Amino acid sequence: MSEKKNETITTKIWRETPEDDNPFAASACYCAGYDVYGDLLGKITLVEYLWLLFKLEPPTKTETLLLEGLAVALANPGPRDHSVHAAMSAGVGGSTRASALMAAIAVGAGSLGGGREIYTTIQYWQQCGTDIDAWRELLHNPPREERADVWPEMEHSPGFDPNGASCPTPVRQVLAHLAATSNGEILPWLRDHRQALEALADSPLAMSGVAAATLHELKFSPEQAEILFILLRLPGAAVHALEQERTGFNQFPFFGDGLTLTNDPGPV
Amino acid sequence: MDKISKELDRGPKLLKDSEDNWRTGMGAWFPGERVVLKGKDIFTELENVSWIEYLLRGITDKNDEELSKLAKLIEGSWRICTSFPDPRLWNNRICALAGTVRSTGNLGIAAGMAVSEATIYGLKPIKGGMDFLFRAKNALKNGSTIEELVKAELKAYRVVPGYGRPVTDKDERIGPLLKFAKAVDANIGEYTNLAFQIEEYFLNSRYKYRMNASAITSSLLADAGLTPEEYYYTAIPCFLAGMIPCYIDSLNHPLGSFFPIPTTRLRSTGSHDVRLWKQHHE
Repeated sequence: MSEKKNETITTKIWRETPEDDNPFAASACYCAGYDVYGDLLGKITLVEYLWLLFKLEPPTKTETLLLEGLAVALANPGPRDHSVHAAMSAGVGGSTRASALMAAIAVGAGSLGGGREIYTTIQYWQQCGTDIDAWRELLHNPPREERADVWPEMEHSPGFDPNGASCPTPVRQVLAHLAATSNGEILPWLRDHRQALEALADSPLAMSGVAAATLHELKFSPEQAEILFILLRLPGAAVHALEQERTGFNQFPFFGDGLTLTNDPGPV
Repeated sequence: MDKISKELDRGPKLLKDSEDNWRTGMGAWFPGERVVLKGKDIFTELENVSWIEYLLRGITDKNDEELSKLAKLIEGSWRICTSFPDPRLWNNRICALAGTVRSTGNLGIAAGMAVSEATIYGLKPIKGGMDFLFRAKNALKNGSTIEELVKAELKAYRVVPGYGRPVTDKDERIGPLLKFAKAVDANIGEYTNLAFQIEEYFLNSRYKYRMNASAITSSLLADAGLTPEEYYYTAIPCFLAGMIPCYIDSLNHPLGSFFPIPTTRLRSTGSHDVRLWKQHHE
């Protein structure tokens, strides 16, 4: 009787050897050829390991510094950020802690300051590079998707804040730091052409714009950058959700007088 | 349906025996051919069943008549009690926030549903409310009084599920819910009577707790034969109809305009001194 061949999970990222007494436990796990628990542990930083997981090659010193800098810049978007607001809304109601992160992920996935914005902005970078004329053309004539998609259509220039006034200080600080750390051409070009691009977009550069430029310079694909950006912003959502869980809904904005019903039929 | 034993060996032998081996009486899809739920072909044997009844079939093992009654009761109680289209409510707020940043509807709503497993509202009190009635019934059978069991509950957990409510004490849902229960001829049995006896106790006590709609819903559904476990699964989609409008409404408003918060509305209670980070803290 011929035995049916087992279906398998195909991966370049991971390899395991079994324990002698149990094929369901690994005796060693290799990430891109490195023994995770026998070699990397104690030597590698979290940011270096993140890089290795995505890229399957170790980062250079500059790459580590850039990703480290970006990770710090993104780790806590602050309690006013939509994704953190979502996580805190879970916290104040005593919802499960996992749901606080799910809320932060769902809201932090959007095209205003979220993962989708990173994805789209990197596509812009891939198309325009450091050609200001190409940026002018694309920002003034953004592509329109002909087919229906689950994602709402992009309503603003990706990487720029449609509700901003001028480029906020932290965005400029992060861009200055990363451009000074960079040995590539994207980040210094963005620093030098920020104001020209802002004029073309008619809005200031956003933190998402700096993040997209950094991840593009580091040669993350739009898909990798989208998911990594969502991931890197979760620590702030986690701690603010936990804090509001302790504080409770009574001390959290309910916007009780903030909603006006425009077609209220009135009390019966 | 076949009950699958959980009493197999634990450990590697269980995993080895289970490799490529999932035995179930719950259901399966035969690609390109048919679908079976709990031994019934859904195209031929369940063709006249409503979606709510189909949902309940996946959760309970009740007969057709019981399912039909339960489905009516559940549909009405969801409309009256749990599908409020107000984006300020914490779970709905996730959906509105997802809309304002132009995330997808499904991401926002799935996260909103996950957040609905909250302590002050949603699935924890929903399951806990019916569980409390079950425990209360047993306690009374064993000689306790309502006063004793309420006090014990408050001492141990500081809340009595089904009684009290965040934001407001008044529960506008109770009247419509009772009217609806009467209209569908819902069985007012021992659990519903018990829920009202507990309300009666609170009204004559120094406590300010008042019965909320979840006590009535859970008692009516307990009288209709649901267990707390079944009620929990049944209630998972109960907020959905209020959530989708919140997402759509926010999507139709300008980008980022859902309750934006200026920096002046952060009341920071942490350190106001600016500290300098040292490279290596000891």
